[in-house]
Amino acid sequence: MSLLEVSGLGISFGGLRAVEDVSFSVSPGEIVSVIGPNGAGKTTLFNMISGIYRPGRGSVRLNGQDVTATAPHLLARMGLSRTFQNLQIFQEMTVLDNVLAGYHLTERGPVWADLLALPSMRRRAAEVRRGARDLLARVRLDKAAEQEAGSLSYGALKRLEIARALALGPKILLLDEPAAGCNAVETEEIDHLIAELAASGIAILLVEHDMKLVMRISSHIVVLDHGQKIAEGDPATVSRNPAVIAAYLGTDAPTEDPAHADG
Amino acid sequence: MDALLQFVFSGLTVGAVYALVALGFTIIYNASDVVNFAQGEFVMLGGMITVFTFEAGLPLPLAALAAILLTAALGVALNKLAIEPARGAPVVSLIIITIGASILIRGASQLIFDKQLHRFPAFSGDDPIRVLGATILPQSLWVIVGAVAVFVALWLFFTRTLTGRAVLATANNRTAAQLVGINTAWVMTLSFGLSAAIGALAGVLVTPITLVSYDVGVALALKGFAAAMLGGMGNPKGALVGGLLLGLLEAMTAGYLSSQYKDAVAFLVILGVLFVMPQGIFGHKSTERV
Amino acid sequence: MTRRMKWIQLGVLAALIVLLPLLFPSGYYYRVGALIFVNALSVVGLVILIGYAGQISLGHAGFAGIGAYACALAPEHLGLHPGLAVLLGAGISGVMALLIGRPILRLKGYYLAVATLGFGILVSMVLTNERALTGGPDGMVVADPGLRDLLRDLGLRLSGGELWYGVSGLVLLVGAWIALNLLDSPTGRAMRALHGSEVAAATVGIDVAAQKLRAFVISAVYASVAGSLLALQNQYVTPDVAGFLHSVEMVTMAVLGGVGSVLGATLGAAILTLLPQVLTVFAEYEQLVLGAVMIGVMIFLPQGLLPSIARRLRGTSE
Repeated sequence: MSLLEVSGLGISFGGLRAVEDVSFSVSPGEIVSVIGPNGAGKTTLFNMISGIYRPGRGSVRLNGQDVTATAPHLLARMGLSRTFQNLQIFQEMTVLDNVLAGYHLTERGPVWADLLALPSMRRRAAEVRRGARDLLARVRLDKAAEQEAGSLSYGALKRLEIARALALGPKILLLDEPAAGCNAVETEEIDHLIAELAASGIAILLVEHDMKLVMRISSHIVVLDHGQKIAEGDPATVSRNPAVIAAYLGTDAPTEDPAHADG
Repeated sequence: MDALLQFVFSGLTVGAVYALVALGFTIIYNASDVVNFAQGEFVMLGGMITVFTFEAGLPLPLAALAAILLTAALGVALNKLAIEPARGAPVVSLIIITIGASILIRGASQLIFDKQLHRFPAFSGDDPIRVLGATILPQSLWVIVGAVAVFVALWLFFTRTLTGRAVLATANNRTAAQLVGINTAWVMTLSFGLSAAIGALAGVLVTPITLVSYDVGVALALKGFAAAMLGGMGNPKGALVGGLLLGLLEAMTAGYLSSQYKDAVAFLVILGVLFVMPQGIFGHKSTERV
Repeated sequence: MTRRMKWIQLGVLAALIVLLPLLFPSGYYYRVGALIFVNALSVVGLVILIGYAGQISLGHAGFAGIGAYACALAPEHLGLHPGLAVLLGAGISGVMALLIGRPILRLKGYYLAVATLGFGILVSMVLTNERALTGGPDGMVVADPGLRDLLRDLGLRLSGGELWYGVSGLVLLVGAWIALNLLDSPTGRAMRALHGSEVAAATVGIDVAAQKLRAFVISAVYASVAGSLLALQNQYVTPDVAGFLHSVEMVTMAVLGGVGSVLGATLGAAILTLLPQVLTVFAEYEQLVLGAVMIGVMIFLPQGLLPSIARRLRGTSE
């Protein structure tokens, strides 16, 4: 059974239909990519699924349960986690604290334990601290743990956001352009990381402009244009679809042969 | 019945002032997203400067004009010296800056002027006019007509002139307005000047009735804010309706319940609006971009 | 690392409280010191609200008023011991903050500023108008909690100034300890996270409105206890304690010293409490100075004095 089921999702902003009747599903361990030209509605779609926008039409189901327009912090409790296209880092906290904040659901306890620094609070904090350091090592930020997050480079912040999203222990992870602004080496690292995560059973929903990356790791691709789904299928099928080539590949990446990159 | 009508008259008079304060909030809020806690000080300055220039020998109309122009200049200065340098700062910082400006203006007024209550003569005398068994002061008519005139003039400005439309466009989408060549910094300057001038005008009109002293600003700001929220934040029509409604509510409270606690009405309105309908009467829900 | 910082800060604060009296030329300065500690306590509460959670209140003096008048009224009308009246005041303040904060903290930042501004004005209005109960603008006498007599019976003779210097200093230390505990705790992290990005905080499972509410309630309790201490040590209370100007003073102290820093809050409180003692003409200029400080700090030193100094020191040592 699929973990995330999006059906007939749509939203309008002041009469403009930003996303219209989009349906697809994601299963555990699967990497589903949403692609499309700029302004196709990909981030808007993410914002609806993650509860930041209230969809005008359609439904989102998580693990068989209807979660349409559920508040983001409640979705987090159900195992949905995400990153942002334009970074949403806690700038004035340390790198480690950013990830620790990601462990909020694990480390939170009664407020008086926090106010009085009771041993129970310290025990909880110590446990997640170990996990947080492991996660930082996994995205190669362990050396920067005590630095203020605002001082990191763009690529490092992208990785920090992924680490923070993973701290939640998500069942499904929404990644909004994780490789944007990263160099070739960093992109490849992110590529491996995503594949690893999927292999460990996490469902991945990905928005990404780097076509090589998308074609290489996706198990399923959904193509949006002007807010509507114009095609979907495995990378090979999608890259041969004339509508897709016209809307997207034909204009944005004329020199690339995605089918080839897939092999 | 006569009493009710009497309360309606006094409610509409103060309500018109609240509407003008709320309108001042609205103009600045729309242009810059700044909630200007110093708005009430503009009203105080309008009254105070008129009092002192009039006592210094200037004819009343000239004194009033001087007050409005000086206050408008101060509004522009506030924007240039305190708001613009902090552009991009978090909401909380901007609140601290405008509340700081409010205290600064209060403190300066206390030193430059004094701590006494003041008034100057009403424009058309103090003989009450009898209407259906109740009475209304000629100055109240000045206040109400003045407020309506300001709203009509602004409506014409925003819908009929290029400058007005530029302000509206900036309110709608700052970046887009910049892209089509609108000088948004100038729009900000204009908004602060305009809203200070409107506040000062309210002060000029109402001082003969309510009197003025250096410390009336904060309460007026709170009431103007309550009015703006009641009508729907950011909506000029809401400012007018919210202001008049708040004035009426206050007058009825003072008349039928307790005159000591009429000032509590504004706070209860704020809480009530927040509990029941956060978007106000004419407001709409907004979706924030991420 | 952060735990060590916590104990260093508490150590500095404790050392200051213990050693300062060595410099006092007269017993009067114990009074001034006690006033600084009381102000610092309410400002530490604002550090939690403004510095940690990024929200603002313009009516915190209202809670100080509740705390102060609880100590004045409860012993007289309910026969409560003044010490328990402090707790009663804190409880009432907390509940009030909960009731006001709950609907408001779901909305944009400035709504809390407006609602608290109104709340503060309302509290001081009630205290001024209900003459029969509160004595109106002239204020009322607060019963002596008998702490001095108790200590004398135990063999410790203290002047009133010395006693309240010690008590206020001790309460400030406890308040600072709690605030620093919070800073490096799951709740504190959640508050600072939503300060940084509400959207991101929500997506990691933080209930943003609930955490803001916590910060608001906690800071209200701080202000209330500070108000109680003020009433007890002056043995007199007027509605000014709840006035708008007092709220503005608190915010200015917090901003001046450094709104994210517990030690900074104490520094800000010390400077603005000492100013009128040093400059007798200050009373005339108080509003002017407060306003100028608020604007100036926000534009030129948004972090506040202490963090800016610390940053500069660190910069030169590296």
